[in-house]
Amino acid sequence: MAIPLFVSDLLMPNNSSYTIETKGLVREFGNSRAVDDVNLFVKPGEIYGFLGPNGAGKSTVVRMLTTLLLPSSGTANVAGFDVVKSPTEVRLRIGAALQEAALDNKQTGRELLDLQGRLYGLNGSITKKRIDELLELVDIGSSVDRLIETYSGGMKRRLDLAAALIHNPAILFLDEPTTGLDPISRSKVWEEIRRINHELGMTIFLTTQYLDEADQLAHRVGIINHGKIVAEDKPDILKKSVGSDVILVTLKDRIDTAVELFSKLPLVKSVESHGDNLTVSVNNGAQSIGPIAIALNESRIPIHEITLRTPTLDDVFLHFTGLRLAEEAQAEEWKDL
Amino acid sequence: MERFVRISHTENTPLARKAGFIIDVITVARRAIRSIPRDPETVVPAILFPAFFFAVNIGMFQDLVATPGFDFKAFQIPVAILFAVTGISRAMSLVLDIQGGYFNRLGMTPVTRLSLLLGLMVADLVLVVALTIPVLILATLVGVRFETGALGMIVFVIISGFWGLAFAGFPYAIALKTGNPAAVNLSFIIFMPFIFLAPVFIPREAMTSWLGTVIMYNPVTYLLEAMRSLIMVGWDFNALIEGIFAVALVALLSMSLALWTLKNRVTRN
Repeated sequence: MAIPLFVSDLLMPNNSSYTIETKGLVREFGNSRAVDDVNLFVKPGEIYGFLGPNGAGKSTVVRMLTTLLLPSSGTANVAGFDVVKSPTEVRLRIGAALQEAALDNKQTGRELLDLQGRLYGLNGSITKKRIDELLELVDIGSSVDRLIETYSGGMKRRLDLAAALIHNPAILFLDEPTTGLDPISRSKVWEEIRRINHELGMTIFLTTQYLDEADQLAHRVGIINHGKIVAEDKPDILKKSVGSDVILVTLKDRIDTAVELFSKLPLVKSVESHGDNLTVSVNNGAQSIGPIAIALNESRIPIHEITLRTPTLDDVFLHFTGLRLAEEAQAEEWKDL
Repeated sequence: MERFVRISHTENTPLARKAGFIIDVITVARRAIRSIPRDPETVVPAILFPAFFFAVNIGMFQDLVATPGFDFKAFQIPVAILFAVTGISRAMSLVLDIQGGYFNRLGMTPVTRLSLLLGLMVADLVLVVALTIPVLILATLVGVRFETGALGMIVFVIISGFWGLAFAGFPYAIALKTGNPAAVNLSFIIFMPFIFLAPVFIPREAMTSWLGTVIMYNPVTYLLEAMRSLIMVGWDFNALIEGIFAVALVALLSMSLALWTLKNRVTRN
């Protein structure tokens, strides 16, 4: 997943080497702070994954970066232009597919792409050429001449992506591009995102609540929770930060005793307790799982289940927030109710 | 695939530029006009409803108001036209765009914000003019003739079109303010006092009660009288100027509301 070289050294009009740059970005809605002091530095040609549960502030950041929403404070530059002072310059250089494919069901796919091209000032022949190119890229085929209301969810997402690309933008924003899609449609969208980034060197800012999506696609991942970025780096480095391996221990009781026990073992890097589960980070899982099981047995703590695996971004999320990503998402949903 | 790569690499800068206000309006209007036949539920009632009212009004009141030299059918044609063109707008599709997120997609393009509304209104004007045609055919079939001839008929259609557009500002304002389809549907209610507090069934001179006073302040009164003059009187420029002024007054109010709500909707706060 190397960043294409032909765009990586470009300087933006504001002489920054970052294509997306935010400093102290804040957005408040009444008394609620949805985005809290977010600093982002995204390089040209990079796929940046913004990972967090529902309600974490991902979409609000995207709405500010795509000029739909003004920041309450802080600055944001996209493609070298300030989103507050020069929104039109930003709009000319970005494409975006927001949550839920934003399409007009009463148009055909081709009509929608043609309209989109004309709004970006492309003439008829260039629009036609771009539509032909994009249809090859996003695999909609002959359905492009059918009304969009007849499309499947996956086709709508791919058309939405094509609409975002019609003017060959420098930066593509994708807000949860695969939410609600079946696994096959999801992998197709992933493939297209990789292709767009690899072949065109396009910078992609991707928000997601799926760990595997961020892990698979992003060169760098920023983890956001309650409006704040809690961790940011390459996925591998983030995962290594919680240990080379993770041992998951499920106990029936005496959780606190087990935590105390593990914290005294020299081979244990860290322990996170979570309900009946303990996530134990270690440097060498194969060598550590035996001593851990023995230590529990000697302390007469009954083990329900013990498994060894490599760390995931969910472990990173747990490490920095004390919660699993799925549970945090559920908590946000309960809060909404 | 190779073709895509080659073109995009040689044109590694974005292709986009501002299309300009006129192109933006035409582009938005083209989309709106294209969607009209795909939304028959918005057009069919506007064709059937006026014909129904025309037939009922003639059946109920013709004998009641019959006086020598008074053509009640000609008197009722402008009422039928008003029922056909009032409240006709793409406001419902605007609401669906807002709800479905398509309005945001348009908002992320360099399109001029005003053209998002004006483009729809251009489409409305086309539709409203088209909707006057069945009513005029109906008028011809029942024997109504224009005293002002073909030119008067054209002026009649133009005034109808501008009235339709003037009133359309209200549903657009509601759509932009609420983003709620039910609220837009209710916008026709605004028209009810306009139409029923106007000389719909009998001439203004015959109304002597409190209603006679109220209708003097209703712009629809002057609109109906201007349209009727084209059919029944001939070129009465006073009536025409009063009618056009009444339409302009309503347009001023409704468009101010629509533009204000558009401004609020696209303000990024």
